[in-house]
Formats: sequence, structure tokens, C-alpha cells
Amino acid sequence: MTIGQAKRSWSARFVVLIPYVWLLALFLAPFAIVAKISLSQTALAQPPYQPLLDLAAGWHGLKDFAAHLSFDNYAMLGSDWLYWLSYLKSLQVAAISTIILLIIGYPMAYGMARASRRLQPMLVMLVVLPFWTSFLIRVYAWINILQHDGLLNEALLRLYLIDAPVAWLASDTAIYIGVVYSYLPFMVLPLYATLEKMDHTLLEAAADLGCPRWKSFWRVTVPLSLPGVAAGALLCFIPICGEFVIPDLLGGSETLMIGQTLWTEFFSNRDWPVASAIAVALLGLLLVPIVFYERLQQRAIEGTR
Amino acid sequence: MAGGAADKPVLVRFDGVVKRFGVVTAVDRVTLDIAQGEFFALLGPSGCGKTTLLRMLAGFETPSEGEILISGHEISAVPPHKRPVNMMFQSYALFPHLTVEGNIGFGLRQEKVGRAEIAVRVEDMLALVRLKGYGKRRIDQLSGGQRQRVALARALIKKPRVLLLDEPLAALDKKLRAETQFELMELQRKLGTTFVIVTHDQEEAMIVADRIAVMDQGRLAQVGKPSEIYERPNSRWIADFIGEVSLIEGTVSQTDTIATALGPLLIEESAAKAGDKVCLALRPEKIRLSEQRPAGLEINALAGTVHEIGYRGDISLYKVRLADRSLMKVALANIGGPPPFAVNDVVWLSWAPTAGVVLTR
Ligand SMILES: Nc1ncnc2c1ncn2[C@@H]1O[C@H](COP(=O)(O)OP(=O)(O)OP(=O)(O)O)[C@@H](O)[C@H]1O
Ligand SMILES: [Mg+2]
Repeated sequence: MTIGQAKRSWSARFVVLIPYVWLLALFLAPFAIVAKISLSQTALAQPPYQPLLDLAAGWHGLKDFAAHLSFDNYAMLGSDWLYWLSYLKSLQVAAISTIILLIIGYPMAYGMARASRRLQPMLVMLVVLPFWTSFLIRVYAWINILQHDGLLNEALLRLYLIDAPVAWLASDTAIYIGVVYSYLPFMVLPLYATLEKMDHTLLEAAADLGCPRWKSFWRVTVPLSLPGVAAGALLCFIPICGEFVIPDLLGGSETLMIGQTLWTEFFSNRDWPVASAIAVALLGLLLVPIVFYERLQQRAIEGTR
Repeated sequence: MAGGAADKPVLVRFDGVVKRFGVVTAVDRVTLDIAQGEFFALLGPSGCGKTTLLRMLAGFETPSEGEILISGHEISAVPPHKRPVNMMFQSYALFPHLTVEGNIGFGLRQEKVGRAEIAVRVEDMLALVRLKGYGKRRIDQLSGGQRQRVALARALIKKPRVLLLDEPLAALDKKLRAETQFELMELQRKLGTTFVIVTHDQEEAMIVADRIAVMDQGRLAQVGKPSEIYERPNSRWIADFIGEVSLIEGTVSQTDTIATALGPLLIEESAAKAGDKVCLALRPEKIRLSEQRPAGLEINALAGTVHEIGYRGDISLYKVRLADRSLMKVALANIGGPPPFAVNDVVWLSWAPTAGVVLTR
């Protein structure tokens, strides 16, 4: 009996451990490696940085290794305008896109939540439908639509809205179109989830107490959907900050987003340490909204108790 | 039990109101007056259309036919937020993102009422529903009974002409419910507001209301004071729905006698004519039980054997089997001492002709 219990508690403990093992193996360990590389220097070698950690050399080797680590790469990031501009560009694209996504996504989610019960599963299905096609292919498709003789220019010309084809590609506009298109489901779904859960009698209560419809939207619906807004905004903002494919395929070459800069350092310049430092710094930057969101969730959890 | 539509001005009038949802007729030709200051109850089994009737008054549903008037004005064109009625919802529908104060003051903030005045009136309301000191709490930090009182305060703060309550006490336990019933009555007397309460609990309706409308499948089955409905039901269905009753089928033979399977029974003179098929309804507490046949000719007496005794604390309900194998219910108050009868005892049931009600429907 006691043995059985001990066994069970061991297996129970093991089950609890799995996510931690997962995090350790797939997140923490790679991060530690990246952080280590970010403190190294480039070298014409394989791998292209040093010092290398040689565990065979024992304690002495470890001390030697630690002595060669430095924060030079971070100092370099801070002193070079190129990197600052990249970070700012990423934050700008992420912030503006998130706002556009909210403006488009909120009415969509609201409409879905208000649609008849029978229609709703199909509407959700339509929102996630694009995922059946590879992300990369969908972004390539946008090149087709936005190019000089693409669908968009054709349509606008036919409608006499423009006289000559507009150069959509290789511009910020193209980046915004691509980002908003790609991330819309990540905004709509969490918003829909909160709006759909909302108790309809709350709106009746508001009307009963003298609130016209438009006012009860702002007084009741919007405040109650804030957790969904926060979830959707973060779900979009954070990955957009690190986005590489969309700006690379659709954007221009004047200012690069941080994901592109990282790619250049890594693949073109073969400067692994600087690329790693960029990644670590980006993570530090994104920690701010993540912590903010955690706080918000904590408050929500306490609220439901 | 003051009031009735007669002695006070009419505040709410339903005139031939019909509501259909597709093929379902939820409310069917309801014509009803509710007086100023009345505590009015809508009573009926589940699905009979009580909530629908209330929601039409609040403005959340529009009648398919007929008119609803408040103080003589037709209100079908008035949207819910402009009607002089407030509703207390069955689920309370309190705003989870606001505090107790925020909820109670919500109605006033929609009008152009100053902050200071709102604060004062919210405090008054908190005192009225005995929630002083709870103003800053969030809704999820309240018990069920406290939420119920916040919902009540929120609906009362705008001083509505009519307060609508949809099963306001359904979520409370029995004891709290009984207390709250008396609180509601006291509140209504103090404020003089017209209350319309929906309930499927007949006891509750009888306790709180000045008048009751009993609904059945969308129609009004009977409207009257609680005592009228209990003592003078107008149909078998009402007699059966309200309280305990024994029904005896028969045919009127003379103006004061009906012929039944149990022999002739004396009745109060009624509108029924000789030859009419009728039903005699007897409340269990109006029947006496005795060992011997009671003396006197002006009384109905039947012999039977005790079949079952249901102890209920204050009373015991005896089921007595009669000569035709039917069962009659008799209630005896438990006044102390050993129970007077046991199962299988032979007993006599007796009642005065005025104790029964002759039902033609
Ligand atoms: N929005 C609606 N759509 C379709 N049918 C409805 C709707 N609302 C009510 N009904 C129907 O109308 C009838 C009356 O419903 P209502 O809610 O008024 O009953 P009720 O007397 O309040 O019952 P309960 O005591 O169970 O609350 C029911 O048959 C119900 O199914
Ligand atoms: Mg109801």
C-alpha cells in the first residue's frame, strides 16, 4: 500500500516535471547557449566564435573560458545607430500594426460573437482557414497581389481610383498589409473568445438602467472585453517585433526590422556573437509587455475568485 | 392586503397583448390592469409566459398584438432605456467590472446627475438594503444574498414607476427567502412603488402580493387577491395548482345538492343549473375527522379508512380512502398529544356545505 502510494506519487511528480523538462530542454538550454555566444568574440574558425568551452580541461579551463567572455557586443549594439534604428523600426511596425489589427479585429470578433449560434462555428472556421496554407506561400501570394501589374493595381485602375500603377511593394505599406493580414486570426480569436462568453443580460440591464445601445457598448462590452484585447494585442505585438519573413519579402531596404538585422549578422556577416546579442537584447525588450500581461492576468485570476 | 384595481388609479394596462415566437404563442390575449402602488404577482408553471410578459413591459420584447400602457400612454415606441420601469433580473446581471457602488450608481450616471448627489443616493440605497460599508467591494466578493440586495438597490435607485422582479428570490435558500420576502413587502410599503414580481412559487406569491395573476400556457387563468384565488378558484386547474385540494366529480341534482359516486352531497347554492356536470373542490384543512358520524343533517359526512399519514411538522396530511376507492386529503393541526388516528382506522369525514367550491370548468 505505502509502496504503491510512493510509486504513484513518483509518477505524479514525473508528470508535473514534464513541462519543466520541456522548458529546460527546448527553451532555457538554447537560451543559455545563445547568451553564452553573445558574450564571445568572432573568430575565423568553426564554429565562428571563441572562447570555446572545453570541459576536458577541468576547472582551469572553465576559469580561462570565463576570463575571455565580455560584454563588448552589447556595448557595440548600444553605440551603433543601425541597431537602435532597427529596434525602433520593429517597435513602430509592431505598435502600429497592433493598433490596426485591433481596429479591424474588434468589429470582426464582435460581429462573430453576435452572429447566430449555428453560424458561429463556421465563422471561426473561416478565420482559421488561411492556416491550411503555408505562411510563406501566403506572403509570396501578397507579392503577386502587390506587384506592379498585380491584382491590386489592376483593380484600382479598373475602378478609376488611380491613373497609374502604384509601387506597393518594397514599402512600409506593404509590410503593414502583410503583417495585418498574417496576424489577424491571432487578434480575432482571443477577442471572439471573450466577447462570446459575455452575458447578454448585462446589456439588457444596462439598457434597463438608461443606457442607449452605443453607450452600453463603451460602458459594458468594451471594459469586459479588455482581457481579450490584452491577450490579442500581446499575441500580435510580440511576434511582430521579431518578424523577419514579411519585411524581408514585402518591405523596402532603407530601414530594417530587427529580425532582418539579426539575419544579416548571422548569415551574411557570419557574426554569431553580435547576432546572439541582438536576440538576447530583443528578448529583454519584449519582457516588458510580457510582465505587464502577467500582472494583468494575475489581477483577472484574483478577480474571478 | 389593501388594494385591488378598484380603489386606486391604474398604472399599467395590458390590452389584448399577444406575443408569438415563431409557432409558439408565449403570451395569449392578456388583458390586465395593475394599480398604482400595488404589489402584483405573476404566478404560473414553468414556460407559461411570465417572463415574456415582464420583458414586454420592460421593453426587451415587442408585443405581436395588443397594447401596453403606462399611466395611459401607449409605450410600444419607447425603447427600454427610456421607460419609467426598472427590472431586477433573475440572474441579477450585476456588472462584474464595477464595484457595489458602481453597480448601484450605474443608472444615475446615465442621467446628468452630479457626482456628489450620486454618492449620497448610493449611500442611502446601501442603507436601505442593509449593505452599509460594502460599497467598495467587487461583486465577486459578495454572497448570493448580498448580490440579490445589490441588484435590488440598483433597480430602485432611479425611483421607477414600476419595479419588475423576475424570480428575485429563486437563488436563495429557504430561510433567507422567507426573510427576504418580508423585507420586500416592507420595502414596497415604505417606498409606495408598484412592484410586479414573477414567481413559480405559489406560497411566495400569496405571502407577498396584494393581487395575483395565475397564468397557464400564456393565458390569464385567474386574477384576484390571494385569498380569493385560494378560497374561490374559478377552475379545476387553478384549484389543483394552488395548494392541496380534493376534487369530487358529480352532477347538479337540485340547486343545493350534487349527485356523486359517493352519494348526494350538499353544496352552497351556485350558478350551476340542475343537470350540469360539476366538480366539488375541498381544501384539506376545511374537512373534519371524527370516529363517529357527526350529528346534524345540514352537513356532509362520508366514511373511509386512513390510507396514509404525512407528517409535516405544523400539520399532518391524512389521505383517506373512501367507498369508491378515491382518496381525500384532510389536514389536521398537530396541537400536541398522541396522534388521534392511525393507518387503517375507520374515520368519518365531515364538512359544511359552504366549505366546498363548485367548479364548472
Ligand atoms: N426568445 C425566445 N424565442 C423563442 N421562444 C421563446 C423565447 N422566449 C420565450 N420563449 C418561449 O415562450 C414560452 C414562455 O417563456 P417564458 O420565459 O415567458 O416562461 P416563464 O413563464 O418565464 O417560465 P419559467 O418559470 O420557466 O421562467 C416558452 O415556451 C418559451 O420556450
Ligand atoms: Mg421565467
